[in-house]
Amino acid sequence: MKVNMYLNKRVAIVGAGLTLFRRRLLETPQEIAWEASRKALDEAGLELKDIDCIVIGSAPDAFDGVHLKGEYLSHGSGGIGKPVSRVYVGGATGVMTAIAGWYHVASGMCQKVLAVAEEKMSPARPHPQSVFKYIWDPILEKPLNPNLIWIFAMEMHRYMAKYGIKKEEIALVSVKNKRNAMNNPYAQLGSNITVDDVLNSEVLVWPVQLLDVSPVSDGGAAIVLASEDVARRYTDTPVWVEGVGWTLDNTEWPARDLSYARYVEFAARMAYKMAGIERPNKEIDVVEPYDPFDYKELHHLEALQLAKRGEAPTLLKEGIFDIDGDIPSSPSGGLLGVGNPIAAAGLMKVASIYWQLKGTAGKMQVKKPVHTGVAQSWGDLMQAGTVIVLRN
Amino acid sequence: MVTPLKENELDKHVTISYKPNAKYSYTAGQAQSKYLLGFKEGKIYGRRCNKCGKIYVPPKMYCDECFRPTDEWVEVKDEGIVMTAVASFISWTRERLEEPEIVGVIRLLPSDERDFVYPGIFHRICTSYEEVKNMSIIGKRVKAVWKSKEERKSSIEDIQCFKVI
Ligand SMILES: [Zn+2]
Repeated sequence: MKVNMYLNKRVAIVGAGLTLFRRRLLETPQEIAWEASRKALDEAGLELKDIDCIVIGSAPDAFDGVHLKGEYLSHGSGGIGKPVSRVYVGGATGVMTAIAGWYHVASGMCQKVLAVAEEKMSPARPHPQSVFKYIWDPILEKPLNPNLIWIFAMEMHRYMAKYGIKKEEIALVSVKNKRNAMNNPYAQLGSNITVDDVLNSEVLVWPVQLLDVSPVSDGGAAIVLASEDVARRYTDTPVWVEGVGWTLDNTEWPARDLSYARYVEFAARMAYKMAGIERPNKEIDVVEPYDPFDYKELHHLEALQLAKRGEAPTLLKEGIFDIDGDIPSSPSGGLLGVGNPIAAAGLMKVASIYWQLKGTAGKMQVKKPVHTGVAQSWGDLMQAGTVIVLRN
Repeated sequence: MVTPLKENELDKHVTISYKPNAKYSYTAGQAQSKYLLGFKEGKIYGRRCNKCGKIYVPPKMYCDECFRPTDEWVEVKDEGIVMTAVASFISWTRERLEEPEIVGVIRLLPSDERDFVYPGIFHRICTSYEEVKNMSIIGKRVKAVWKSKEERKSSIEDIQCFKVI
């Protein structure tokens, strides 16, 4: 894969903020964005007047029930009177928000950028599920009345069939992430559950059961990015953005093998090349792969080249991805444990890695020393992959 | 500080519902039109790119990768291999269904099991929950069950489902 990329400035993250992730928050989306933004600025030691550009990430407008959500959120995100842009690549938006913030600085256009992601999924009635009706091909797919879980169930079953993976092995992801989330003060669903709890939960779309899926959530996340010279003025512990990658596969998901997330592999290779990572499983100390479904974390660990195809479940069982393992995966608790306000969930993963590398992750801090971390998100019609590599 | 709302507090809140009177007339386009007309004759058409050899089903007038026009119409079989199948117990509004709907993805023939991209179709599969659950349906060869000629409307619904042969 050939990527033409020309960089001007080195970029650091100097602050991050999260809101609680909960179902049915009382605050408006704008208030949620404001709270995350204010916290990120406070951590960076900056005021809004110091910020040059704003990047907003949010997934389909339909969740919040407000169209033009970039414009709608711009107040709460500090965007008035500043260059504002909104990015949207479905579930992959969260990490894309960080990447877009990065290229504003890397290009030399802005020195300090506030990148904000927000989602309020609970307003949709009767269920956020129904909002997805309009993502389908209107002529070839919609007549079959699909719901969103169908395609993920299809992907999960294909992954299981191709590599002979059992549901018990996949359920361990949910067990691990909900357990990790108990250490996360922002988390919605931290709990000690067992594989049996997952296997006995309501069948939604076989093989997907209730505890295989992340919850409906509201929440916000924000980070502050700055160019190298500026970052050094404000902090002794900047965390560098060393590599970014983002790619789309085609929308024809019924016409490509769903057992492997090619779109994430392409994005990862791009990010690793930029960061000079040659052996990901040796060089990456901590990872936050996107886990709206439990199988998805395994799928993504493989596409991120942290496990061979079909072998992530084995490594998981061996404890490699536990919080005290060789490559702790989703130490934050991931979407399964923290919650899934879509765009905010992806940026939460970036913030989590940033705190891990800064050493300020509190009870979430992984046991071993960490220097290189990766956050990843995924979305659209199983086609968008976004990857970011951070180093301290 | 953010404050969550409890389930029972939800009743006290105003719910706004309306049906926007938004109607769309979608264009099927050149490739999809021929594809849909093919259904009426009980045929499945695709487009081949002669540069990379890829066959697109559903058909496309351009090749994604070569970024050039595809070259010719080809007919693929109304038979293929079940790549994946699922059983849905929820509707698109997340209401509980008594009987599961069974759908999946079929890799149409001719194609090769080593192909990452192949002629494919997303449709209903006529099989039991049991066969989905024990995964025996995956990998089986299936064939389209067409509606009678008079009932066909050049729609994806001209195929009732795919059934094991
Ligand atoms: Zn071609």
